[in-house]
Amino acid sequence: MARILAERLDIDFPLYHVGARSLKKRLLAGAGMRLRTDETNRVVVAALRDLSFRIDGGERVALIGPNGAGKTTLLRTLAGLYTPVQGRLVVEGEIGSLIDPSAGIDPNSTGRENIRLRCLLRGINESAARDMTEEIGAFSGLGQFLDVPIRAYSAGMAVRLSFAIATMIAPQIPLMDEWLSAGDAEFQLRVQERLLRLVTGADILVIATHNLEIARAWCTRAIRLEGGRIVADGPAEAVVAAAEAAAIA
Amino acid sequence: MLTQPRVEPRFDYDAAAPRRLARAAADLATGLRRWRLAAALAWLDIRNRYRGSVLGPFWLTLSTAILLGGLGVLYSALFHETLRSYLPFLAVSIITWNLISQVVTDATTTLILAEGMIRQLPLPYATHALRSVFRNVIVAAHNLPLIALVLAFSGVWPGPGALLAVPGFALLCINAFAASLLLGMLCARFRDLPQIVASVMQLAFFMTPILWKPEALGPRAVWLLLDPFYVIMQVVRGPLLGAGAPAPIWLAAGAYTAALAALSFGFFARFRSRIAFWV
Repeated sequence: MARILAERLDIDFPLYHVGARSLKKRLLAGAGMRLRTDETNRVVVAALRDLSFRIDGGERVALIGPNGAGKTTLLRTLAGLYTPVQGRLVVEGEIGSLIDPSAGIDPNSTGRENIRLRCLLRGINESAARDMTEEIGAFSGLGQFLDVPIRAYSAGMAVRLSFAIATMIAPQIPLMDEWLSAGDAEFQLRVQERLLRLVTGADILVIATHNLEIARAWCTRAIRLEGGRIVADGPAEAVVAAAEAAAIA
Repeated sequence: MLTQPRVEPRFDYDAAAPRRLARAAADLATGLRRWRLAAALAWLDIRNRYRGSVLGPFWLTLSTAILLGGLGVLYSALFHETLRSYLPFLAVSIITWNLISQVVTDATTTLILAEGMIRQLPLPYATHALRSVFRNVIVAAHNLPLIALVLAFSGVWPGPGALLAVPGFALLCINAFAASLLLGMLCARFRDLPQIVASVMQLAFFMTPILWKPEALGPRAVWLLLDPFYVIMQVVRGPLLGAGAPAPIWLAAGAYTAALAALSFGFFARFRSRIAFWV
């Protein structure tokens, strides 16, 4: 069974290419902010602070919180893209990042070439890639457009393709940034059906969302982040209700 | 039907015990094992660069040919040599130098240009460096017919000794990979470096025997061993021209390669975890 364990996790973003001097002056004015200078006098953004949690197999977790709370950063950290400066992270199980479904799509290549490229990016072998191409072609309903460069696609077609490619494999631990939606009404049905399969088939789901209804409908647990820290962690219903109350107050 | 037990990948990172060397080695191993990915990305780069162009990368062949024609006539006259004796040297020199110089120039942007991928897809960093090396080797390969043509024109037949250019080229590629990784990282962190690298390369072009022959220095030619560009170039150029490369050159080439690889790996191991924040 999959499992995620975080112990006192810190992520800092150093700001290298900004005028550190002027920033520093402002920093002195407001203490307790998330911008600070570290021991070598660099300006850093404290993106995540002191996160400790444990997610077991079978849990579906919503990350909620205002913009800049650290939701996407946490997702990227779980995906292994950012290395923590402090703390420990253990991920058991295979992560599938759906953070940006269009990542790695080359607009100059055809749909077919893009599918092959994505298979290479994911380390999938040739024969599996061929099956995948068939499957994606059928699912996205692109037909002969599969042999046309993406740049000639309509926006809707491009979204269909990237969704189909991103969800071609059901990972053990899908990470999502907002609930995916794509295409016209007819395609939307297929999208929902596939997402349902993806979510129910997964060991753990972690989704960052601003849509509290999504959190309520799909998740068993919610973690509310604010200013890079966990402010609430518990059953989805309770945490979402508290977040709503806080938003109104 | 049997359901196979799924292999559970396990990712364990503890900032108190980062195990940097092991992670860097694993990154390199994965990147090299998945060379097909780097090759596919390199092809994509070339295709996109020459999209819609009729000659495509053969424009480079053409421009190199024109350059060789012009420089060959002028410099053979300046050096009081016949075109037939000067041109093979010039052709191999220019084509090798173009590869080296382009690899170094591209190395400065290996990671900066891959920012989108680095922030979205968990890939080994070695893939980006390998992509840059592949791209430049493929481009340089378009010039190979020129070398054959020039050698035929001059009646130079390097003989079986030309095969030594293969290990020489392998050394060049190792250096190219190490440089792509090292400069890729340094330039992502310090954005002034690409400009410095560009001026160093310009200086190196004139200081290195590319247009002029090393023999022209007489007994002082021994100092050329201190020029890594010359040494790495010579292990490819010497065998191709039939002259081979003397033992000190091979030794120096091995030493420079080992030093650059060690430096690059050391830096990579130490700062790998910071790259995502630098780009």
